[in-house]
Amino acid sequence: MSENSEQTMLMMQGNEACAEGAIWAGCRFFAGYPITPSSEIAEYLSRKLPLLGGKFIQMEDEIGSMGAVIGASLVGLKSMTATSGPGFSLKQENIGYAAMAEVPCVIVDVQRGGPSTGMPTLPAQMDVQQARWGRHGDHSIIVLTASSAQETFEQTIRAFNLSEKYMTPVVLLLDEIVGHSTEKVVLPPKDSVEIVNRKQPEVPPEEYLPYRETEDLIPVLATFGTGYRYNVTGLVHDETGFPTNDPEKIEKQIIRLSGKIEKHRDDIIQYKTFMMDDAEVAVFAYGSVARAALRAVKDSREMGIKVGLITTTVLWPFPYDVILEAAKSVKAIIVPEMNLGQMAREVELGVRNQAEVIGVNRVDGNPIPPVQIKEKIKEVV
Amino acid sequence: MFDYLEYIRTRNFPHIWCSGCGDGIVLKSLIRALKKLEFSKDETVMVSGIGCSSRTPGYVDLNTLHTTHGRAIAFATGVKLANPKLHVIVVTGDGDATAIGGNHYIHAARRNIDLTVLLYNNYIYGMTGGQVSPTTPRGDKASTAPYGALENSFNISGLAEAAGASFVARGDVYHATQLEKLIAKALQKKGFSVVEILSPCPTAYGRRNKMAHPVTLMEWLRDHTVSITKYEKMSEEERKGMVETGVLYDEEKPEFSSEYEALIERLKEKK
Ligand SMILES: Cc1ncc(C[n+]2csc(CCOP(=O)(O)OP(=O)(O)O)c2C)c(N)n1
Ligand code: SF4
Repeated sequence: MSENSEQTMLMMQGNEACAEGAIWAGCRFFAGYPITPSSEIAEYLSRKLPLLGGKFIQMEDEIGSMGAVIGASLVGLKSMTATSGPGFSLKQENIGYAAMAEVPCVIVDVQRGGPSTGMPTLPAQMDVQQARWGRHGDHSIIVLTASSAQETFEQTIRAFNLSEKYMTPVVLLLDEIVGHSTEKVVLPPKDSVEIVNRKQPEVPPEEYLPYRETEDLIPVLATFGTGYRYNVTGLVHDETGFPTNDPEKIEKQIIRLSGKIEKHRDDIIQYKTFMMDDAEVAVFAYGSVARAALRAVKDSREMGIKVGLITTTVLWPFPYDVILEAAKSVKAIIVPEMNLGQMAREVELGVRNQAEVIGVNRVDGNPIPPVQIKEKIKEVV
Repeated sequence: MFDYLEYIRTRNFPHIWCSGCGDGIVLKSLIRALKKLEFSKDETVMVSGIGCSSRTPGYVDLNTLHTTHGRAIAFATGVKLANPKLHVIVVTGDGDATAIGGNHYIHAARRNIDLTVLLYNNYIYGMTGGQVSPTTPRGDKASTAPYGALENSFNISGLAEAAGASFVARGDVYHATQLEKLIAKALQKKGFSVVEILSPCPTAYGRRNKMAHPVTLMEWLRDHTVSITKYEKMSEEERKGMVETGVLYDEEKPEFSSEYEALIERLKEKK
């Protein structure tokens, strides 16, 4: 049997699983700048990419890394960068460019705590709102997260697939715990993994319009160098890709930038529920905290407490409908997170006053242990 | 007659440049150079930042990428490394390349990645209305240096050379034929090449510095530029106030994108 049809079991660090997932997804370009706790992703890819004919470059800063990633993507290579808080802040301007020009790329942020240099080696989930709103101007973006090395591998592949499908930057938010924990990863048979590649024009160059309006709202950007000469800009542009001042065209583009993600929410959103059927209280968790939450829910069930769990690997677009559904049957939703309640705000929007939203928050650089969530469950019940 | 239109996106005309702006002359020199070298339009990518000069790509029928302020060289680095077969031209201003984008400028030079940088130096921030730039000569006025610039200015060609570029030239729009030749040389050079182009801005710079008339600025270029060969023979006294033009530096050095391709080949053989 070939390795294509066999699965392999490995011990891998979360960051390595991310880098390996990128390679599986077809990533052939990485530009980055070293920063803890993400550097292992760059180190792994600096070794692996040239072996696959791909390219790695350590840029002079994160602003340049993000620029190089966009440039390489337009030339047709699936491209990625990885960073942590301070670098994520620096990347925002060009992430906004990628959103505006609709250039697919993946940005991994292995979260540390605190604003500024903060806590370089300690975990947090404090960038979840920045990932959504960190740039100026109206637009939507896809943000994924993962709770284990296994999920990191899978979600990295998904990040590339979604970016290629929807022609958008996709952010993958890990945290220090996920990034630095070494654990079992099962690599599936290669031929069982779905890989999405961006579309290429089906019309001759004379008829090609890069940002032509289509039913699915997704543009088809030809790879630079293939005979379709067009213009890419961060200025508001029309179907041709050239800047426009026409109010009607401006409005169309701005609305489409959000619309193309919102229209496909159902395809993008991915969540899991556990023991929600008869639950009187729910826990909503994501990232490494989702694992502590699962333990807490299982333990509470053993004590006869009717509690269920909702976890998600997609933070944006946020699954408001899923929350509303849950809110109809539980009296409260507990949201444990390593920040001061950033996603609890969204849960609050989702419940529409039909259930109470209660945070379990930790910002001292320590992970949230199951017992802390369990105590809150007991208290609420 | 030379057919410029072959390279122009006439649909985007009229252009945004003021009358008397030097940027159109650079565009024509570039087109003549491209035509002479018979570069394939499909295999040429033009990348720019933000500024009046950086609007050039909108008018040229190439693969064009108008990026963010200061970042053109970073985007171009990704383009070139991803597909080294492409010719990559960067169009940038003095503020774009040496203020906000200074870090990318020196590091691309150090890497010696094969980009041709056309750096339009008009001593000012044109697009935003005449604020002081890293190249504004000391004492000259700008909207944010109303009493004259107090800071020292950059020698941006010297900066590229010191940082490791393999080709550095300076030209000006008064000497358009020389400029065309310098651009052609830079385009042919394998490595990081810079052509610093003195391109006057009557609107934002000239008006504040007693050179409001475009012709006055052109005459200034005529009277204050001297070829590097002549310049080298001049005395310290004669050199005062003069700007040397021509090829200032030209060396062969290992080029980054081809070094990377060579690495890939080496690793293949090892397997
Ligand atoms: C991050 C950012 N800061 C500031 C600006 C505003 N801005 C636009 S062009 C420009 C200066 C352009 O000057 P230069 O690069 O010399 O080009 P010129 O217009 O003179 O050709 C500035 C500051 C911007 N677009 N983006
Ligand atoms: S402001 Fe200056 S640089 Fe800009 S178009 Fe006008 S003359 Fe040219």
